[in-house]
Amino acid sequence: MKMRLRPIIVLVGVLFAASIASPSALPAPSPDEVIVHVLNRLGFGPRAGDIERVRALGVKAYIEQQLRPDRIPDNEVVERLVGLRTLGMTSRDVAAQYELPLLRARREQKQQAGAQTGTRGTGPAMPPAAPAAAPAPFERQQANLPLAELSQQKILRAIYSERQLQETLTDFWFNHFNVDARKGPERFLITEYEREASRPHVLGRFRDLLEATAKSQAMLFYLDNWLSADPNGPHGNGSRLPAWSRPGRGATGGVPRAPQQNQKKGLNENYGRELLELHTLGVDGGYTQKDVTEVARSFTGWTITNPRLGGGFRFDPRLHDDGEKVVLGHRLKSGGGMRDGEQVLDILAEHPSTARFIATKLARRFVADTPPQPLVDRAAKTFRATNGDLRAVLTVLLTSPEFLAPDTLHAKVKTPFEFVVSAVRATGAVVEDARPLVRAVQELGMPLYQCQPPTGYKDTADAWVNTGALVNRMNIALALASDNLAGVTLEAHPQAESFLIGTPISDATRTTIARASTPQQAIALTIGSPEFQRR
Amino acid sequence: MVARRILLKNGAFALVSLGLAPSFLRRTVWAAGPARSKRLIAVFQRGAVDGLSFVVPFGDHEYARARPTIAVGAPAAKDGAIDLDGFFGFNPRLAPLKGFWDRRELAVVHACGSPDSTRSHFDAQDYMESATPGVKSTSDGWLNRYLQTRHVEEATTFRAVALTPQLPRTLQGTAPALAMRNIASFGIRAESVGQSFEEQYQAAADRVLNGTGREAFEAMKMMKVADPARYQPEHGALYPQSAFGQALRQIAQLVKADVGLEVAFAEVGGWDTHVNQGSTQGPLATRLDDFSRAVAALVTDLGDRMADIVVLTMSEFGRAVGENGNRGTDHGHGNAMLVIGGGVRGGRVYGRWPGLLREQRYEGRDLAVTTDFRDVFGEIVDRHLGLSDLHAVFPGYSVQRANYPGLFERR
Repeated sequence: MKMRLRPIIVLVGVLFAASIASPSALPAPSPDEVIVHVLNRLGFGPRAGDIERVRALGVKAYIEQQLRPDRIPDNEVVERLVGLRTLGMTSRDVAAQYELPLLRARREQKQQAGAQTGTRGTGPAMPPAAPAAAPAPFERQQANLPLAELSQQKILRAIYSERQLQETLTDFWFNHFNVDARKGPERFLITEYEREASRPHVLGRFRDLLEATAKSQAMLFYLDNWLSADPNGPHGNGSRLPAWSRPGRGATGGVPRAPQQNQKKGLNENYGRELLELHTLGVDGGYTQKDVTEVARSFTGWTITNPRLGGGFRFDPRLHDDGEKVVLGHRLKSGGGMRDGEQVLDILAEHPSTARFIATKLARRFVADTPPQPLVDRAAKTFRATNGDLRAVLTVLLTSPEFLAPDTLHAKVKTPFEFVVSAVRATGAVVEDARPLVRAVQELGMPLYQCQPPTGYKDTADAWVNTGALVNRMNIALALASDNLAGVTLEAHPQAESFLIGTPISDATRTTIARASTPQQAIALTIGSPEFQRR
Repeated sequence: MVARRILLKNGAFALVSLGLAPSFLRRTVWAAGPARSKRLIAVFQRGAVDGLSFVVPFGDHEYARARPTIAVGAPAAKDGAIDLDGFFGFNPRLAPLKGFWDRRELAVVHACGSPDSTRSHFDAQDYMESATPGVKSTSDGWLNRYLQTRHVEEATTFRAVALTPQLPRTLQGTAPALAMRNIASFGIRAESVGQSFEEQYQAAADRVLNGTGREAFEAMKMMKVADPARYQPEHGALYPQSAFGQALRQIAQLVKADVGLEVAFAEVGGWDTHVNQGSTQGPLATRLDDFSRAVAALVTDLGDRMADIVVLTMSEFGRAVGENGNRGTDHGHGNAMLVIGGGVRGGRVYGRWPGLLREQRYEGRDLAVTTDFRDVFGEIVDRHLGLSDLHAVFPGYSVQRANYPGLFERR
């Protein structure tokens, strides 16, 4: 990867006195404060030179530009991603190159084990027991590569992409439609999932995003819909699942496994429930358990073709419950086939609760943990009026007076991901290897692509401010400042206080930084300071 | 804040060695002064331990039939099970725990597990840790919900600690909980910078960061005083050098340092024995040996303190009754839990035994579940930790005292 040292511009800026008595007493933000705020919220904080660039362009124009990422040239990030060869692969290619070799290695190992004890390796392919028969290290290492590269990609894009809003939104929407890489073969599916199902739609229509995730192998697997079948159908209760269709996977590193005896097919409500609760209406969105069941029935037959080969979505009419359904008062006539699920997505995308739920979540991400209700209402109204045009909804949020209100500024605590990325951006550290940054985010309690519940990571301060994490943040600040993250280097030591331009800072923070005995210490004290934990 | 400082001053950092043989039968007199409280140490065996090799139902004739090459022999056989009650026996590799059974400080709950049928490690661990089987979107774990419900005004940073790299699902939630790889790593790596950080956070106008920052620095000082490097286990306790052994050693250390620990968590993996699991020798036996020596060292080390402590072990599901074609076992259903502590009515195997015949098995293949794991958790929260309103801890489940296994005396 080609590295370039960004010229470090020492910024001479006005530091704002810590005059925060009560929110109502806050003075109107200065132009620089507004610029820093916009850089902090649309993206991952300022890099050297960003403030000047936005100042020259104007805040309004910058926001408009960010809302049209396709028009922003982004060559640097493309260059930086060149070495990560799995990023552009389809799930089919990932399976062929990383999953199947692992399965083969395990099979061979098992056969050897069987030969040693005189048993024949005829049983179903099971992940071997640790430590007796750990899979061959080479294949296992290789199998981790897609996730490792995807994680590095996420960090590198957030640091270097000029399309900052697109990165913020890709993070937001992946998290909204969360899947966990640790669930069996999910790690072989998320590269395509983020690239195809999430990223292209983040400023498009919500309905497209919804369908892209509903039909993704990653989601079909994660929430078990691929197994869901009409219990009364020809393949229902009592019949065996085909050889590939068993949800065998493990935190200990599993793969889809051959069927166990008496594995029965039936309705699986997991996807149906989370689709209503987490993806669209929200938990108080006005649905019943009956709706959950009816939605689950509608999606029976939405399954995966050839799962071990990354085959992707397939509708199997033999698994589909083709009877009549009633979803949220809408009647779906019998015989709808695959249209049943698509109609449910239509109903949900148009439902007022969905508009409210999505508007609230976006406002929480971009404005405040408890966003102002009038703003949420306006965003929800726009969502409905535009049939879920996400660019239109974001325009409402980002051009609202609430977005620039004095008490909105610095109202959000950075998540671990935002903290690490903003620290690298502020210091201008040169990243030759993003893996230590991936580990740093993990140590702060937010392992990338590995949030277990389908809720995704929380976007509020309470989730991220705790003693252990705070101690870790200070230590990561120290490690970054003193070049203790191998592959992440400070080739120059910029004036540390410049990182806090546009941020009110306390006397203690100012004096401790001024008093630091080395530039490295000053940088550590700035990145680890309470002020830098907010955005 | 004041109370915490008092704790720091009066707390048992001096580590009074009582010099008494560990026995929690002397449970009436021991008290740790103002900090006396009930504690729970939860141990998760990740990967699904084979409960039938762990606590062996040698009295069920189907057991040996279903497992021609990997069954643990009856007590009379060479290297056979250690008899517990004439029907169940410990795997001989659990010998270090037998003394606690004999002293009635250790109980087993067998055929215990989840009402959900999943045989996925991932989902089953999720359900056991959230204690909402079948519901994936529960955002917090049951131990965290206990901490939330039993709100403690003067809780210290160390009220809930996991000796794990990441906070486990079961401790995730809005109540503060701390995860650390080891005690020694809990601190700022450069002392002079640490002081400056402390000044910054003390001066922060930001209420959230100010409060948490103060707690963090106080906690660091507590750990410094506790001086983990110089810890000496008591009563001749010998912890294995394994990561699990060392995690339990540090939990004992935190308990004795009286830093306000109420809930501790540790985990141990390597139980997913699909191939050549062995019985009393082999990979599973090696894991059991480490497990039992570590747990025995913990209980021995804590000595009389065990009067107020329960150690609970759990694993996401059991393994199939019949062995597979690779002399291993596949994912199953019901499993065994150990409950150890001074207040436990030990020396008994709890739970109705459903039998191992094919028609008695769950879905024709696995040990059936006769005790819902939430009834075990519920009884511990209620009768040991002393929180009787369990609705918030186990949402969607009506915990009935009548369904408790009966591990504790009624209060």
